[in-house]
Amino acid sequence: MLKINNLHASVEDKSILKGINLEIKAGEVHAIMGPNGSGKSTLASVVAGKEEYEVTDGTILLEGEDIEELAAEERAHKGIFLSFQYPVEIPGVSVTNFMKTAINANRKAKGLEDMPANEMLKLIREKSEMLEIDRKFLSRSLNEGFSGGEKKRNEIFQMAMLEPKLAILDETDSGLDIDALRIVANGVNKLKSKDNAVLVITHYQRLLDYIVPDFVHVLYNGKIVKSGGKELAHELEEKGYDWIKEEVNA
Amino acid sequence: MDLKEKLVSSFLAFENHVDIDCKIHDIRTEAIKTFETKGFPSKKEEAWKYTSLNSILKHDYSVFPKQENAIEYSDVKKYFIHDIDTYKIVFIDGKYASHLSQTTHDGIDVCLMSAALNKPKYRLVIENYFNKVATKESLTSLNTAFAQEGAYIHIPKNKLVNKPIQILHLSTGSEIALMQQPRNLIVVDENSHVQIIERHQSLSDHPVLTNSVTEIFGNKRAIIDYYKIQNDNVNASLIDNTYVNQKRESHVSVHTFSFGGKLTRNNLNFYQNGEHMDSTLNGITIIGDKQHVDHNTLVHHIEPNCESHQDYKGIFNDSATGVFNGKVIVNKEAQKTNAFQSNNNILLSDKATINSKPQLEIFADDVKCSHGCTIGQLDESAMFYLRSRGIPQKEAKALLMYAFANNVLETVKIPELKKRINRLIATKLGVNIGFDL
Repeated sequence: MLKINNLHASVEDKSILKGINLEIKAGEVHAIMGPNGSGKSTLASVVAGKEEYEVTDGTILLEGEDIEELAAEERAHKGIFLSFQYPVEIPGVSVTNFMKTAINANRKAKGLEDMPANEMLKLIREKSEMLEIDRKFLSRSLNEGFSGGEKKRNEIFQMAMLEPKLAILDETDSGLDIDALRIVANGVNKLKSKDNAVLVITHYQRLLDYIVPDFVHVLYNGKIVKSGGKELAHELEEKGYDWIKEEVNA
Repeated sequence: MDLKEKLVSSFLAFENHVDIDCKIHDIRTEAIKTFETKGFPSKKEEAWKYTSLNSILKHDYSVFPKQENAIEYSDVKKYFIHDIDTYKIVFIDGKYASHLSQTTHDGIDVCLMSAALNKPKYRLVIENYFNKVATKESLTSLNTAFAQEGAYIHIPKNKLVNKPIQILHLSTGSEIALMQQPRNLIVVDENSHVQIIERHQSLSDHPVLTNSVTEIFGNKRAIIDYYKIQNDNVNASLIDNTYVNQKRESHVSVHTFSFGGKLTRNNLNFYQNGEHMDSTLNGITIIGDKQHVDHNTLVHHIEPNCESHQDYKGIFNDSATGVFNGKVIVNKEAQKTNAFQSNNNILLSDKATINSKPQLEIFADDVKCSHGCTIGQLDESAMFYLRSRGIPQKEAKALLMYAFANNVLETVKIPELKKRINRLIATKLGVNIGFDL
């Protein structure tokens, strides 16, 4: 599904990703872990198409197609979804109106008519119930005054509505208490299928108890320095990142 | 002959067509003298520092249009709020167009200034209100000198006017350049409620200069909602001088939507003569090219326990320029005043400019007054967030701009008007968006 080859990226001439190689197949869950400042969030943003990041070398292929020249919205139309570490507050736009606009923009890109209003309402009701989201929440301004947990739940609600092929969850566990974490993880697990894939970016192993990865990669200093199964996450949780740093710097 | 000389000498001709043996004529005569002394305002004056009239004064305006021009309703329907029933007072090139209008004398007077100035039955109202709140500012004086036609609205007490009143000024372009000076008088008595929508529309690319004066009197417990739609052609300029005199427990709101025209100057003045009242001044400005919109507001708190709310939003593209000059005066006696002012702007281009200047003169010590001004660009992180959900750049931009202007629209009380403004904004932003904010 996603194939990243030798990816180098920089922001304001500062090199952050220094040769990432990663392949994610349909049906798989991958986790990327690593210490602060290793480039985890940059990788997520580069794949989602944030313009401030410049790809200086390498390729990103989605289902065999090079997506580097595509704008963020075009990548979204092709099925990439990024759950933000810090969702942006947009006063004046309600969650419902935002969702309608996003759904119909995606349908338009696929040559489909706008979704009929009753169908839209049904979909919103179904998905918000799955994530235990209060109806009142849907008429509030997008992320404005939301708690950390509400923001993250809202991200996964958007994911549920848009049904992406590749969902990238950037530090979705940060700011969540244990109940919210369980709700969010359950949501992600319900959306998982053999046709889509999930890339979980996290600092801690905690989330991975709920969203169990098939592969775990360690990102350090802009490179994937170690890959393994889910047991690698436990090892990192126990031993921290220092031994990885030592191995790399040795 | 420059425009000032032309206007002053036209006054003699004007006198030949009006009744000069009445009090109004004394007011007119004095006003032309004031204008003759002061002339057009220049950038040397503090209140005109950022707005130059030079480019619009150079045209050889026709002051009294010669011919009457017929327009079919179907050709101008789109300039009306036509999906609801309304009273209409319509002018074509400054002349009353009865076939497009729907006036009334049934319990309320929704009619013409020319009639009110000439007929005895209106004499008392005219004597009590005409030119009573308008100032001797030079452009207002110029209008007063030629005051003859416009809307006359008098709502006696305890009337809830059941449909909005539209005042529409159309100009046809039959003159090379046209100057118009409509004069409106709106008097709303005790406990009455009225909604008014005003629009100026040029139907050609010929230069039009409108110097309009509107006097609004909100008597005890009156509620007046006034909406101005300014979306005119590239060569049409508007100087709008509006004066609002409020009595106790009245609520008056003026919304100004400035989406077009060459140069637009809004002089909006509120005088609070009484206690426990509320004044609202809201505006959305969205302009581009070389357009210029200047909001010059004054709220004068004279007595205690009153509120004022000002919220102006501006979006400026290309080489457009904006001015916001908001003055709030709180008299020594006006304790417990709550006065709020906010002016937020987005510049979409490096060449766009906004000059924003709050001016608070507070002489009372127990008041709550605040003002805030922001000037910024569209939030890049918000743009990425929206685009990452599949919303294309143009729509994402529009969505953010809608969101930015949204709270000003929330206070529009006529749903059809709100829809219309939404559509105008969408057109202005070049998008077709399927949401209603």
